[in-house]
Amino acid sequence: MHIRLKIWRQEEAGSPGRMESYELKEVNEDMSFLEMLDVLNEQLMRQGVRPVEFDHDCREGICGQCGVMINGRPHGPLKNTTTCQLHMRSFRDGQEIYIEPFRAAAFPVKCDLKVDRSALDRIIQAGGFISVNTGQAPEANTTRIASPLAEAAFDAAACIGCGACVAVCKNSSAALFTSAKVTHLALLPQGKEEAQDRVLHLVNQMDAEGFGHCTNTEACEVECPQEISVLHIARMNWEFNKAHILRR
Amino acid sequence: MLDAKIPQGPLEEKWNNYKAHAKLVNPANRKKLDIIVVGTGLAGSSVAASLGEMGYRVKSFCFQDSARRAHSVAAQGGVNACKNYKNDGDSVFRMFYDTIKGGDFRAREANVYRLAECSASLIDQAVAQGVPFGREYGGYLNNRSFGGVQVSRTFYARGQTGQQLLLGAYQALMRQVHQGHVQLYARHEMLDLVVIDGKARGVIIRNMDTGAIERHSAHAVVLATGGFGKIYFLSTLAMGCNGSAIWRAHKKGALMANPSWTQIHPTSLPQSGEYQSKLTLMSESLRNDGRIWVPKRQGDGRPPNQIPEEERDYYLERRYPSFGNLSPRDIASRAAKERIDAGFGVGPLKNAVYLDFSRAIREQGEDKIKEKYGNLFRMYQKITNVNAYTEPMLISPAAHFSMGGLWVDYELMTTIPGLYALGEANFADHGANRLGANSLLQACVDGYFIAPYTMANYLADEIKTGPVDARHPAFDAAERQVKEQLQLFMAIQGREPADYFHRKLGRILYDKCGLSRSAAGLQAAITDIRELRSEFYKNLHVPGGLGLNGELEKAGRVADYLELGELMCYDALTRNESCGAHFREEYQTPDGEAMRNDKDFSFISAWGWTGSEQPPKLYMEPLQFEFVTPAVRSYK
Repeated sequence: MHIRLKIWRQEEAGSPGRMESYELKEVNEDMSFLEMLDVLNEQLMRQGVRPVEFDHDCREGICGQCGVMINGRPHGPLKNTTTCQLHMRSFRDGQEIYIEPFRAAAFPVKCDLKVDRSALDRIIQAGGFISVNTGQAPEANTTRIASPLAEAAFDAAACIGCGACVAVCKNSSAALFTSAKVTHLALLPQGKEEAQDRVLHLVNQMDAEGFGHCTNTEACEVECPQEISVLHIARMNWEFNKAHILRR
Repeated sequence: MLDAKIPQGPLEEKWNNYKAHAKLVNPANRKKLDIIVVGTGLAGSSVAASLGEMGYRVKSFCFQDSARRAHSVAAQGGVNACKNYKNDGDSVFRMFYDTIKGGDFRAREANVYRLAECSASLIDQAVAQGVPFGREYGGYLNNRSFGGVQVSRTFYARGQTGQQLLLGAYQALMRQVHQGHVQLYARHEMLDLVVIDGKARGVIIRNMDTGAIERHSAHAVVLATGGFGKIYFLSTLAMGCNGSAIWRAHKKGALMANPSWTQIHPTSLPQSGEYQSKLTLMSESLRNDGRIWVPKRQGDGRPPNQIPEEERDYYLERRYPSFGNLSPRDIASRAAKERIDAGFGVGPLKNAVYLDFSRAIREQGEDKIKEKYGNLFRMYQKITNVNAYTEPMLISPAAHFSMGGLWVDYELMTTIPGLYALGEANFADHGANRLGANSLLQACVDGYFIAPYTMANYLADEIKTGPVDARHPAFDAAERQVKEQLQLFMAIQGREPADYFHRKLGRILYDKCGLSRSAAGLQAAITDIRELRSEFYKNLHVPGGLGLNGELEKAGRVADYLELGELMCYDALTRNESCGAHFREEYQTPDGEAMRNDKDFSFISAWGWTGSEQPPKLYMEPLQFEFVTPAVRSYK
């Protein structure tokens, strides 16, 4: 395949960026998208051009480190697929591909396609956990959890923290990410004790980090590689309102 | 001779005896003690969180952009624990025996017993953290069985057990960050260990976003930096996984044990082209229901569904009737290589075997299979564009796990006092072959339940030390050395990027120090690696500058691999036997099984660094079997 690329290049945080054009003449359709970028980088290095910096690690769709905007969509054209699991067979011979970083006020660009997503870690730090020290746990089977409930909690816990939901949202809201953690822990009996404090702290931190509000466009669910449902946002709102009312 | 400091007494009392007599640090004194933890996978996160909860001052470092992304996240199948919830005859002793037998009697009895003993508490801890393990309809925890054992002791969270366990540990870590007990440094890579008066006292760290070189001092340093299987270039590991932290500690005096014992996983996706950057793992749990076969006729080019049942060779069921498709990983990988090398391989490059679910789907229904392995089938389809519900998967062996690593004693302390190695970074529990679902277990047990006790035993004597001064000349020297090396990489100005050398090294190791090894091959590999290393220092090209620069990061890791690879070959060359993953062609039975030599090789090989271009120095730790009798490991 012959591929034409337009890639966001930015030297460092805060410096101006620009789109640059590159061409790859022999792309194999079984290559992954990131392997295509590897090949591009090797070509650039041989031409004396600084290679494109991009985030990636496990390359099997679970670590959440990769993620770029591909023709305006986070992680590209395939549904429920991270950038690393996307293969070139999803593109046409001769196609022009625009590659940009995940953009949000809370995700400053560090260099080229790399962004700083530490705001998501700070949301978890604010209360995205169950307070149990090592050694305090009771025998595991004393807490029975019906399989459907455990599975529902799992659906939310499956979030990989890639930030695609933020990148696609017109308000750069982190509501899907935050609500997934709220739901995961609020559904489980182990997490109920702290559910009220948790939702308040998480939502406050989300706001403090500069993420926007959710206006229910549901684009986040469409682009989420893990199929996290927007219904978790409804649950987060319900938990949040409940916590407020009960606190009064 | 190395002393592992195994406590006295019967096997089942050793750990309790140790805990009863280990020194403690009073809660008021813990805040005077600084601890550095490198790595935030299961071992790193769990130990940093646990030490933070106890009140120590902890700094936690990882090279990923978030602690949650460490490669434990990618473990699929499960975590073993002997809860005996299935009432199928499991016990601590049975789990201990399975693990030590699985490791081909090349692990320490006391360590392995402790691993089994602490396994049940891990499940309790993870459930309390909110890890959504698979459950039965009554709400109790479910189990499945895994390779190399005959009971069901594997707990699982769909095919994402590593992710869910890591999120539990990560969340515990984030809680400690919030409480101010742990300081977190993501995108920071350790480039050297600082040793003062023989004790580990700190690290030199590079901020990967700015290029700044930082000094961090402490009373103890924990390396929980995972395995180095990425040395083979094509592996199931993440792109950033590396051996640099442990290798640099090795060059500062920590011994490396059994570095050549690498698990080659039998069920990974085969390589499809030269551009390939990694091999994706398909969980071993698939072997519970999938059957492995190749055509009986060499070079049979028919599509798999057109090959009738009687013309298929289910070679694992044929060779190992009692374990069949659930044979341990080393055996399953070697059997696949045997068939592929003999010309029975399938797929476009004839480098794979089939993993077939047609019988399981016929017997249990597609829905049941989807429920068990849906995400794996989906991943398979994404990567290969093939629907594995209708035709068999193509699988092939790939480098996966390092049984070897830094030598540690019973306390998980390396040969440098105050330096600990946890999880895959150490060598301790898996012998010459790791059983499936024991990796997550070991990482968690080391971090949650062992290091917090054993480190206190060391730190109790550090209370009067006072803060460690990072202006000490040892820090000056280490920092200078790190900076000089980075400048050296930039100055070579050759023509080839770091990956070029990494791929070549990987090829050498797969061919000569992989699934099967021979003396002649290993000697040739040592020569080849030396030549490649010398070419690296003449012809490496690192673009850009000393700031944020992915190519500069790779250069340092590959430089270390080029030394570590040579040590692996020495290790394999000097072990004149076959055991577990270490298969020397000269030492096999007439039917191709490994021939162990307990008389001459019942020891751990621990290697000391003697300088570049010098042969390493071998230290031995004899393995004593007091409680089990090493037997021929048969799965037939």
